[in-house]
Amino acid sequence: MQLNREELLQSYRTMCTIREFEERVHTEFSEGGIPGFVHLYAGEEASAVGVCSHLDDRDNIASTHRGHGHCIAKGCDVVGMMKEIFGRGDGLCGGKGGSMHIADLSRGMMGANGIVGGGPPLICGAALTAKTLKTGGVAVAFVGDGASNQGTTLESFNLAKVWNLPVIFVVEDNGYAEATASAWSVAGTQAKRAAAFGMTAHELDGNDFFAIHQAAGEVIERARDGGGPSLLHVKLTRYFGHFEGDAMSYRAPGEVETARRERDPLKFFRQRVTAAGLLEPAQLDGIESEVRSLIDQSVSLSKSAPAPSPERLLTDVYVSY
Amino acid sequence: MSKKSYRQAINEALAQEMRRDPTVIVMGEDNVGGMGAPGEDDAWGGVLGVTKGLMPEFGRDRVLDTPITESAFIGAAVGAAATGLRPVAELMFVDFLGVCFDQIFNQAAKFRYMFGGKAVTPVVIRTMYGAGFRAASQHSQCLYPIFTHIPGLKVVVPSSAYEAKGLLIQSIRDNDPVIFLEHKVLYDEIEEVPDEPYTIPFGEANLTREGDHVTIVALGRMVGFANKAADMLEKEGITCTVVDPRTTSPLDEDTIIEAVEDTGRLVVVDEASPRCGMAADISALVAQSAFKALKAPILMVTPPHTPVPFAPELEDAYIPTPDKIADAVRRVMA
Repeated sequence: MQLNREELLQSYRTMCTIREFEERVHTEFSEGGIPGFVHLYAGEEASAVGVCSHLDDRDNIASTHRGHGHCIAKGCDVVGMMKEIFGRGDGLCGGKGGSMHIADLSRGMMGANGIVGGGPPLICGAALTAKTLKTGGVAVAFVGDGASNQGTTLESFNLAKVWNLPVIFVVEDNGYAEATASAWSVAGTQAKRAAAFGMTAHELDGNDFFAIHQAAGEVIERARDGGGPSLLHVKLTRYFGHFEGDAMSYRAPGEVETARRERDPLKFFRQRVTAAGLLEPAQLDGIESEVRSLIDQSVSLSKSAPAPSPERLLTDVYVSY
Repeated sequence: MSKKSYRQAINEALAQEMRRDPTVIVMGEDNVGGMGAPGEDDAWGGVLGVTKGLMPEFGRDRVLDTPITESAFIGAAVGAAATGLRPVAELMFVDFLGVCFDQIFNQAAKFRYMFGGKAVTPVVIRTMYGAGFRAASQHSQCLYPIFTHIPGLKVVVPSSAYEAKGLLIQSIRDNDPVIFLEHKVLYDEIEEVPDEPYTIPFGEANLTREGDHVTIVALGRMVGFANKAADMLEKEGITCTVVDPRTTSPLDEDTIIEAVEDTGRLVVVDEASPRCGMAADISALVAQSAFKALKAPILMVTPPHTPVPFAPELEDAYIPTPDKIADAVRRVMA
């Protein structure tokens, strides 16, 4: 699945946006400007972008508590997202959801989710809508290695298969469910689990955008053609803790630093496209600079935006009252 | 108008709404029956036959049998609702709530609020509840207070066939998540029900009778029991107002308070467990808002705080009865 120059530039821009967004949230959180909890996606960019670059507004995704990257990859407004994370009244969800509940249904983003394993059943429903209304849409459930052990996820594998739904399950395995290693907590393998449900599965290097893009393209096309669900098992590295403030004492010393240095998905992308002569380093530098400006702007707008007005406490509980 | 059972009224509401709106779909365990099996199609139409006949008219694409996988298919109904369908999913017995509650209370109920008012989730979850079938502790509970506790859910407890049809059509047309609770003992109860579609609005209580001495608030199957009690008491010169709230969320607080202000006495009848149930909730409402009107302490008629027992003698002792309601009324009159 060959990407043209525009698609390569767009993919790099989106991955850079996620990285810069998360690095900046990390800084702003440590400085005390962001309330509550945040879970950062830095290091995992190739997965969200490799998958979502095949999707359009017909398609839905369900995300996780680590959802910022999926939101950006699915086209959510970055300034609205940052304002939401700051709890502002004009945030993407009016300041009522925050980091763990960012959603934009108009873009097919059904929500980050505070419940581990909350998304897969919902995504079966989005796929059922696509199938029933014959929209040609597909639905993608991103789950972590932790959620891969939840009954909701395994039940959804079964339902997606027996109803032959256009679903792609993307297991983003960053090696840790909170502070517990997936090497310990996951019995069997993701691919064999998928095979047991009659689903095609691909095991993928989470640093290799091109491999993820290629595999995602195949399984999404098959789902659109009525071929049913598939699973992608993407092994990646999260650069920050489970949540911000996590001292990560369960990780090996130097683990993240080594990954950042030697297996970074953005560096990998840059090396591949420049070595192949597809893009010039200056073009990529230009994107990085534009993205930094956008994120700077999103933070300064968030800091000056007003809090939600008190009467918003009582609105949006029901449609009818 | 013709005589219909509670079961037929629900079935007719589903069929009429499916004819009117192609985005209405029905799903649940054996809602058709016989999926993938060698025998006849439409074998069951739901475990107690409520959805029988829908599949032959609307096809398997709109009447879906599910594996026994409540988390997945209740969640799928929620996800389908958030993306453009109007699913009516059947959680066979409300007792099975325990295996799928997250999809209802953390997902469906909260989308609209968490997403800043941008989500619409028009899902209906039909579910059977109630004691009286000798079905023991895991198939007999009245769990509507649990749903009522959750902001974002609407909770409907129809007390008769007429109520069931109008409230179910309203539920399907409503744009919020609705839990629609069907008392399994009422399925064969028959009354006059209009043939054409009609709706009964949420949050508007029904006074099944008006009297001078005592207000009885009752829900679901207990509405009929309250009316039987009121019939008995009338012979003793005690007349009652019986209030059927119809929906526990929204709750028609005004009608309850006005009725208590008129009679000065309140008996609340609830088949749910007494702690944190609707009887306690309505008692607290009246104690806060109509205390000065009360001529006697409020009495609650509920089962004891125990699981529902199996043995017929024990189950009969568990369920509130017209006699127990009448006794409570006599006590508030004493």
